[in-house]
Amino acid sequence: MSVQDLNGLLSSIQRNPGIPLDLDWVDTIRVNRSAVERRAASLPARRSVKKKHQVAWLLKAISCMDLTTLGGDDTPGNVQRLCAKAKRPVRADILDALGAVELGLTVGAVCVYHAMVPTAVKALEGTRIPVAAVAAGFPHGLSPFAQRVEEIRASVEAGAKEIDIVITRAHVLNQEWRALYDEVAAFREACGEAHLKTILATGELGTLTNVGKASAVAMMAGADFIKTSTGKEAVNATLPVSLVMARQIRDYDENTGFKVGYKPAGGIRTAKQSLDWLILMKEELGAPWLTNDLFRIGASSLLSDIERQLEHAVTGHYSAYNRHPMP
Amino acid sequence: MSILEIYSDMSWGTAPEAADIAQQWLEDHDRKFGHFIGGEFVAPTLGGHFGAANPANEEHLAAVAFGCPQDVDKAVTAARSALEPWAALGGYGRAKVLYAIARLIQKHARLFAVLETLDNGKPIRETRDLDIPLVVRHFYHHAGWAESLEDAQSGYEPVGVCGQIIPWNFPLLMLAWKIAPALAAGNTVVLKPAEYTSLTALLFAEICVEAGVPAGVVNIVTGEGDTGRLIVEHPDVDKIAFTGSTEVGRLIRKSTAGSGKKLSLELGGKSPFIVFEDADLDSAVEGLVDAIWFNQGQVCCAGSRLLIQESVSQRVITKLKQRMAKLRVGDPMDKSIDIGAIVAKVQLTRISDLVDQGVGEGAELYQPEWSCPTNGWFYPPTLLTNVSPADTISQVEIFGPVLVAMTFRTPKEAIDLANNTPYGLAASVWTENVNLSHDIAAKLKAGTVWVNCTNMFDAASGFGGYRESGYGREGGIEGLCEYLKPPAVSRSVSADNVNLNAPVGGVDRTHKLYIGGKQVRPDSGYSLSTHGEEIARGNRKDVRNAVEAARTAHSGWSGSAAHVRAQILYYLSENLQALGSESAVRAAFSAAARCDKQDGKVHAVPFRGLCYALNEAVGVIAIVCSDDRPLTEFLELACGAIAMGNTVVIVPSESDPRPAAEVYRILEMSDVPAGVLNIVTGLRKEIVPTLAEHEDVDAIWCFAPDWAKQVEVASISNLKQTWSEDSAPSVNRILSHAVQVKNIWVPYGG
Repeated sequence: MSVQDLNGLLSSIQRNPGIPLDLDWVDTIRVNRSAVERRAASLPARRSVKKKHQVAWLLKAISCMDLTTLGGDDTPGNVQRLCAKAKRPVRADILDALGAVELGLTVGAVCVYHAMVPTAVKALEGTRIPVAAVAAGFPHGLSPFAQRVEEIRASVEAGAKEIDIVITRAHVLNQEWRALYDEVAAFREACGEAHLKTILATGELGTLTNVGKASAVAMMAGADFIKTSTGKEAVNATLPVSLVMARQIRDYDENTGFKVGYKPAGGIRTAKQSLDWLILMKEELGAPWLTNDLFRIGASSLLSDIERQLEHAVTGHYSAYNRHPMP
Repeated sequence: MSILEIYSDMSWGTAPEAADIAQQWLEDHDRKFGHFIGGEFVAPTLGGHFGAANPANEEHLAAVAFGCPQDVDKAVTAARSALEPWAALGGYGRAKVLYAIARLIQKHARLFAVLETLDNGKPIRETRDLDIPLVVRHFYHHAGWAESLEDAQSGYEPVGVCGQIIPWNFPLLMLAWKIAPALAAGNTVVLKPAEYTSLTALLFAEICVEAGVPAGVVNIVTGEGDTGRLIVEHPDVDKIAFTGSTEVGRLIRKSTAGSGKKLSLELGGKSPFIVFEDADLDSAVEGLVDAIWFNQGQVCCAGSRLLIQESVSQRVITKLKQRMAKLRVGDPMDKSIDIGAIVAKVQLTRISDLVDQGVGEGAELYQPEWSCPTNGWFYPPTLLTNVSPADTISQVEIFGPVLVAMTFRTPKEAIDLANNTPYGLAASVWTENVNLSHDIAAKLKAGTVWVNCTNMFDAASGFGGYRESGYGREGGIEGLCEYLKPPAVSRSVSADNVNLNAPVGGVDRTHKLYIGGKQVRPDSGYSLSTHGEEIARGNRKDVRNAVEAARTAHSGWSGSAAHVRAQILYYLSENLQALGSESAVRAAFSAAARCDKQDGKVHAVPFRGLCYALNEAVGVIAIVCSDDRPLTEFLELACGAIAMGNTVVIVPSESDPRPAAEVYRILEMSDVPAGVLNIVTGLRKEIVPTLAEHEDVDAIWCFAPDWAKQVEVASISNLKQTWSEDSAPSVNRILSHAVQVKNIWVPYGG
């Protein structure tokens, strides 16, 4: 049995069913920006992962990756290419040299627009790699509500196992927590068996306090994952924002017993950055958040940098992009 | 472990920092050092050495010289002869040298960091990211002071040869805090590092040579406590700056008493860390990591007393325990270690004994499940709950990674608990309520208050304590002034010019004491005859009553607006005209004029937020007048003290206390609130010792020259601030002694 299968068996993580909206709870959420930034800055300085450990952690980062293409110019051709890379993310000889072949390493998911879901599902047939679709008026989330819900149903029907939706930022900016709750709950309902990743678009929420409150409400409404960004905002995933969201996940787990996943997305391009996020997960949340059941990194170009670092670990030579198969 | 196993358990592994270059540096010196005197390393006169050990593995690092009397004498002589040319070099010349030091430390930053970690046991992350950068910053900042001092503090002069004794918890940083301002101001120094941690000071000595520090300007004599004592007692040393325990601070105050040596002490603490229910609790918990698990808790300003509002105490404790379980104790050279080794075996024993005592007194102990390395001197992060102020562990400084937690109900109770300590070094306040945070910061008795942050330091901000945490500041203009003497300007002093002789053949008059706004008869029932009149003979109990009255009046008076104090002092000045002495009128008038002029400062520290310095009243000030100008001196000193919000117990001239008796009649009609100014006449020998020993007096000013030494010796019990002078100080100088600086750090960010 491969480690991945083993992880699959172990993932007895109960899905978050959501809880009734608890406004008293939302009201007590306080976030001190300077203190959060200080902790976020010290996290990568307090922990350093080296040598074999670094290799293992980078492989883990790959397994947690939502390999993504969200271009207006996506075609079945480039999506198929992406899926091929998702199945074989690292050159076989490198994995062999690292003694990591039996991991059966793949990325965590492939993330595309609705139109590309059938292509991706077909390309990934026979693998355990789920297809994630962005839906519900992504990336603005401002199309008619019924239409947004319908988009989710259509993508699920087309075979998407995960749905990444984006919330209405106005609900957060105007502190309309009931409206936010109802919106996310409706999306969750539309997902059925598919897992719901709720994008908060944190770069557009104004304050870290808003990020904290929106995180809590999204979880109460039944989000399986909370996610930072669409990748289209001016500011995407940052460590301070992630720290705030991770702490809300921790509180939610403590209060309800349900573990909600976390997905930073946008702007994570280097191997070092992916380690920083894994460090944050381990320090603030713990071991369960170090598997792709509860942690994903949304990225498109990150994989190439990790591949270079892995080759360096094997050969001791700094690597080059052209030595690794492109997605 | 295989990569697959690591993939599965996601363990940290190790991330060791290499020590080879630092070890090579030790080898290059044959692991044996002399003192650094007169610009070169010299062998100790008597030849003795002691061992420096690595606390993380008990390995011998190097042999360090014992400083004997001859060594100290040589060093002081070298410093003395270097003094004049160094001062004569001028600000720009000295600035270039300090700048070179900053640059050179930066260029050798990693060597300093690694050597410090080897010698002290603190994590390499801290030496690399905090200690050494702060050292560099301190020299840059003070290079700037050297350059700009001639404009900023025109006429001020260096104090002279400074003896500096530093602790082992931040070896190089404390050296920087001592040497940078001293050199900027034109002083020369003899510095003794702590016996456990001499090595970075010796590396610094080499940097001095490279930076072009003239021979004799910086002298480093290594040794134990005895060597420090030799420096303190050396007759040719002009100033002592000490950072260390309150116990040793007392000894230093005592042995320098009456010597005229300028003294600054940065001593112990038991700093409160206050968490209100509306705080960002996760951030507050992280703040605790920086407060008490920074440098193994071996920090004088460590937030070691956690005060949590009852409504959130369970949540905070739960979060705290979770966080503690994630801390990593171990090899300080590992970059992923949070807590390194305790500096010495004796400290480890002390920590563990105190924790045992706490548990014995009923505290509940929490330590994470994992265990510490057994090789080397390690202690796990420790939380003690179910603790009360009455327990030993809530009162004494543990100086280790041990936090004691208590709860409070209201902001007032938080303040009461926070201030319920003889110390007053620092405090940390966590709340998202801007009203509450500033209110609490103002009420805390501490030299530094961190709002929603902790253990923030910078060269531009003064650091130092209230109460038994010492006096003087390090950093900022307030720290620099510790190394400067005011201009020796001869002041034209006007005589009292008042005729107080009782009218011949008039009705008999009665002079009483003035305590708590009332004329009271002396407890003794005796009077003294002087200048043909009877004067009340105050005693010990009158002192007790006067101090109590001053304490009672203090919170109202110090909390009143400066404008209100000015109005009262102006009115007093009006009414003093009745005495017919222009100098008396002027004393009150000029104090009134300055009530609202001694405002604070906002420091330019490198962070997003405000770091503001408040000039706060010292508290209850006892004043012992000389026999010169019995009216004017009395008023200058008393009015200066009360102008800044202090309350006063004053002992008028013994030879002619009659003016004091005249003044209290005028005080009564001038709206000076009861207890603000209390007057105890009588014989100094029956009054002054009681005042100097009184634990509720915060400062004592002694202008009676014969009494300075005795007063300074007696001050050590509560380490009250002392000021002795035999000349007539300017009003600005009086005001500078009437305030102490509190620095409040408030990061912001919406």
